[in-house]
Amino acid sequence: MSKDDQILEQFASKEYEHGWSVDFEADSAPPGLSEDIVRFISAKKDEPSWLLEWRLKAYRNWRKMIEPKWANVHYPKPQFEDIIYYSAPKKKKTAESLDEVDPELLKTFERLGISLTEQKRLTGVAVDAVMDSVSVGTTFKKQLLEQGIIFCSFSEAVKDYPELVKKYIGSVVPSNDNFYAALNSAVFSDGSFCYIPKGVRCPVELSTYFRINAANTGQFERTLIVAEEDSYVSYLEGCTAPQRDENQLHAAVVEIYAAKSAEVKYSTVQNWYPGDKNGKGGIYNFVTKRGICAGDYAKISWTQVETGSAVTWKYPSCILKGDYSQGEFYSVAVTNNYQQADTGTKMIHIGKNTKSRIVSKGVSGGYSQNSYRGLVEIHPRAENSRNFSQCDSLLMGDKCGAHTFPYIEVKNKSSQIEHEATTSKIGEDQIFYCTQRGIDEESAVALIVNGYCKEVLNKLPMEFAVEAQKLLALTLEGSVG
Amino acid sequence: MLSIKNLHASIEGKEILKGINLEVKAGEVHAIMGPNGSGKSTLASVLAGREDYTVDSGEVVFQSKDLLDMGADVRAKEGVFLAFQYPIEIPGVTTTNFMKTAINKVREHRGLEPLDAVSFLKLMKEKMKLVEIDQSLLSRSLNEGFSGGEKKRNEIFQMAMLEPTLAILDETDSGLDIDALRIVANGVNTLKNPDNATIVVTHYQRLLDYIVPDFVHVLYDGKIVKSGGKDLAKELEKRGYDWIKEEADVA
Repeated sequence: MSKDDQILEQFASKEYEHGWSVDFEADSAPPGLSEDIVRFISAKKDEPSWLLEWRLKAYRNWRKMIEPKWANVHYPKPQFEDIIYYSAPKKKKTAESLDEVDPELLKTFERLGISLTEQKRLTGVAVDAVMDSVSVGTTFKKQLLEQGIIFCSFSEAVKDYPELVKKYIGSVVPSNDNFYAALNSAVFSDGSFCYIPKGVRCPVELSTYFRINAANTGQFERTLIVAEEDSYVSYLEGCTAPQRDENQLHAAVVEIYAAKSAEVKYSTVQNWYPGDKNGKGGIYNFVTKRGICAGDYAKISWTQVETGSAVTWKYPSCILKGDYSQGEFYSVAVTNNYQQADTGTKMIHIGKNTKSRIVSKGVSGGYSQNSYRGLVEIHPRAENSRNFSQCDSLLMGDKCGAHTFPYIEVKNKSSQIEHEATTSKIGEDQIFYCTQRGIDEESAVALIVNGYCKEVLNKLPMEFAVEAQKLLALTLEGSVG
Repeated sequence: MLSIKNLHASIEGKEILKGINLEVKAGEVHAIMGPNGSGKSTLASVLAGREDYTVDSGEVVFQSKDLLDMGADVRAKEGVFLAFQYPIEIPGVTTTNFMKTAINKVREHRGLEPLDAVSFLKLMKEKMKLVEIDQSLLSRSLNEGFSGGEKKRNEIFQMAMLEPTLAILDETDSGLDIDALRIVANGVNTLKNPDNATIVVTHYQRLLDYIVPDFVHVLYDGKIVKSGGKDLAKELEKRGYDWIKEEADVA
């Protein structure tokens, strides 16, 4: 076995760190999906009738839809009849404060390095934790509410702020938008809701941690962020799941609404279980994320670090409707072993003088396939709009693949579009330079990849940037080509 | 300190080193000279543990340990340093970050605690002076957009930071103007002490005016064909390498 093969072998045998699960008594729906299940979920959550109708409409649409096939990913079709669409850790009641949250749950999150109680006391981050399908605790709620900021679980929002939810749900991602968005709209069980009133700058980072714990369960959460005029919020999302042999489905929807001059920064560090080194198990991550800059001068910025999931299908997008509005997409996607990722963004320029910027860094190792897919669409009245796209791919070893699928549709002559793309391999020279200074190969790869992704990592809030760097180092353990 | 015995090495089946013998003691400076393609850089790379080369036979003992048995990073941790002929660019990684990682890896190997930020910066400030290097350069991506002189000074800066027992300078003089050459040589001379040793690989005698060797060896066709004192370098400068080649070919 050559040295390269040995290193690749080590890389391939890297273990997933969050692969444990905890036995909670769960309150679950029977597997499979029908109108009755949709009604069951809605009843479990004590929802108003308009929401049940909304779900049923989505469900009926979903029945008529077929799974999208155009992505550069290959996997056995999920058995939608075997999935449990609702699972809640038992003993759960709406927790007013963390003191009321099941201590086992808190321990689980502490194992993940997310201490809700510590977070509450020490850091400037407000956390909403979602286990399987249910929000288990939100920190900082009261302090935020004093400024009119609403940050709570989706279910609470439905109860306490039904008119807000009713106004915005499905306004950015309609319930019949695509196969997985429709599925989510029918069966979503919880998620986070965030509302920033006019003129308010949210003083802390808002953060949601998602964890799939139960077996055979799909996680379908919804996040809805509404930023009123002149407001600002930075929102973080993190995800992990136990190690299981079967594939689990995660089909989330994130909607962002930014009014005039509002700014929303949305950062994700996605570390769902990627499957074992032979490609067995892992999360199917089929997510619809979209934001609308509804007012002039609004700005939405997506930053994502994607290291997990067996299959990823995800395109955080911006609809730039307001004049002078701006959209940004910064992405690092790392795939390893048999992981497949088809990810990118859509920038839809509708308003005049709109600007978008796309920076995508793909890193592939093992036998993985990593695709960037991006659409830049300039509408006829989007005068003087501009886009800059940069897509870089880094390959480790010679059995992985990197692909770039840029789509550009311009219907306005005054617009400017730039697209740059590079593909490179981690150089043996670079590795040797590091090892000659006493840095072992694994650390060398981590160092080089972190440097390569620096432009994107710099966009993450401080607390997250450190975590993301560690995660990259971990994912890339032993990888060279 | 270093003992090379009958070292044979090849790349892609082509034999480059054909039986090298060399003894280096603490406190000594050895110069390896020779015409292009004689195997000088190969010798430097093999000693540093570059994996492109295959060691076919022979042994290298460094401080009573089998050097060939160690990976490149372990050799570095044990005190072997190679100043690269063509320093490598690493985008997005600053020299500061690179050195901090390297020093702490070396310290870990020696059972020492990692340097805290203050001590590290203090050490860096001190070593920067030695090669007249600017803080702003160290905050940029490693070697990216550096001039030839800046790259070589950065190599010697790294050497100063890591304080190796055995430093191998591979054509460090190439691409340097006379001022940069003096700065680099001054750095190397300042770092010299009775406990360490230096191997200077060079094509020209010029560098040896500044870094004065105790021994000069001429490499030709993968073997050391002539050894002598510093005067040998002067003679080579005057007469070129042809007479050496003739002598060797006859022998």
